[in-house]
Amino acid sequence: SPSPGDTSVLAGLYGPAEAKISKELPDRAAMEVLLRPKVGLPGVVERSREQLLRQTCEAVVLGVLHPRTAITLVLQVLSDAGSLLSCCLNAACMALLDAGLPLTAVFCGVTCALDPDGTILLDPSTQQEQEARAILTFAIGSGERKVLMATTKGSCSVEEMQQCLAAAQRASNTIFQFYRDSVHRRYSKS
Amino acid sequence: GRLLCGPGLRRSGAGLLVTKCGLLRHRAAGGGAYWVDSQQKRYVPVKGDHVIGIVTAKAGDVFRLDVGGSEPASLSYLAFEGATKRNRPNVQASALGVGDLIYGQFLVANKDMEPEMVCIDSSGKSSGMGIIGQDGFLFKVSLGLIRKLLAPKCEIIQDLSQLYPFELVLGMNGRIWVKAKTVQQTLILVNILEACEYMTAEQRKQALAKLSGN
Repeated sequence: SPSPGDTSVLAGLYGPAEAKISKELPDRAAMEVLLRPKVGLPGVVERSREQLLRQTCEAVVLGVLHPRTAITLVLQVLSDAGSLLSCCLNAACMALLDAGLPLTAVFCGVTCALDPDGTILLDPSTQQEQEARAILTFAIGSGERKVLMATTKGSCSVEEMQQCLAAAQRASNTIFQFYRDSVHRRYSKS
Repeated sequence: GRLLCGPGLRRSGAGLLVTKCGLLRHRAAGGGAYWVDSQQKRYVPVKGDHVIGIVTAKAGDVFRLDVGGSEPASLSYLAFEGATKRNRPNVQASALGVGDLIYGQFLVANKDMEPEMVCIDSSGKSSGMGIIGQDGFLFKVSLGLIRKLLAPKCEIIQDLSQLYPFELVLGMNGRIWVKAKTVQQTLILVNILEACEYMTAEQRKQALAKLSGN
């Protein structure tokens, strides 16, 4: 069970709903992501994360089945203890599964931190993130563990990035199994 | 025969793509069909579905109905039993106002066009469709519960009919309209139907036993 202080994000998905004429797309659904921080107004960091989340979600949602509609994903940060972006990615995917939107694949988010001496840490805490030389976040798709999104803060070599990616792909199996277990629990009640 | 690919499955290249999570179901009759039974609350209009719509506007020759999807549906004045341009029976434009409930089926429903509803079937008979009367209570449940209630010999409906006599209209868009003799009985039925989503059969029977005991 998560203890207070762990990173947690609440996700709400609305759609396919009516879109504003200015925002509707003629051939597919228009996806919008809103990320609300725990305190304060959304700033530039939230905006850039919203775009990363939006691009990842658009890659998996079958928007062509719902043209001229809007799909809105609202994420509210409840607590931040590190690895926030990957937590948002996981929450977004679970919201998509729960709402029953048609998807071509599921995805999960994994954060890697590179120590100054080159050690790879998965799902770093806030302390570890501050001490790290580079922080890499990957969105891994479920089919063949392809990379849907990658973002880096800091600098690292190409070999280090490949190592982090391999570690993230291995870690994604645990998260996908968690998705399976949650969905299984939900459908076993009906 | 041909194998049918139902909701939740999609043909992609030579194989099938699963697009929703849920229970995979199979029907062997008539060539066979596979589909995924998934739970969702948002309705997407499908041709042939019987739904409950709420009239939101009258525009020229059509009504605009809210069916819970991404677009309002249209319903022509003439799509009722026995309606012609000259002969407009009183079940018609004059009696039907904004806010009324209509039970009808989709004639046209696809992703590219605005959904169109009618209140007659292919032979021109109304077969239970049309304006839903005054009083009663309209509420929304998940689509999975509606499918469970519409199954033949549904236990929930049988148990409830032992309790009080009532009128029930089920819309595939997740809307249910109930009317019993008194307001209190109507509200009790509404609460039981809403709770049925999360109750097991034993819990439901216990709740009903407590109510019929009162």
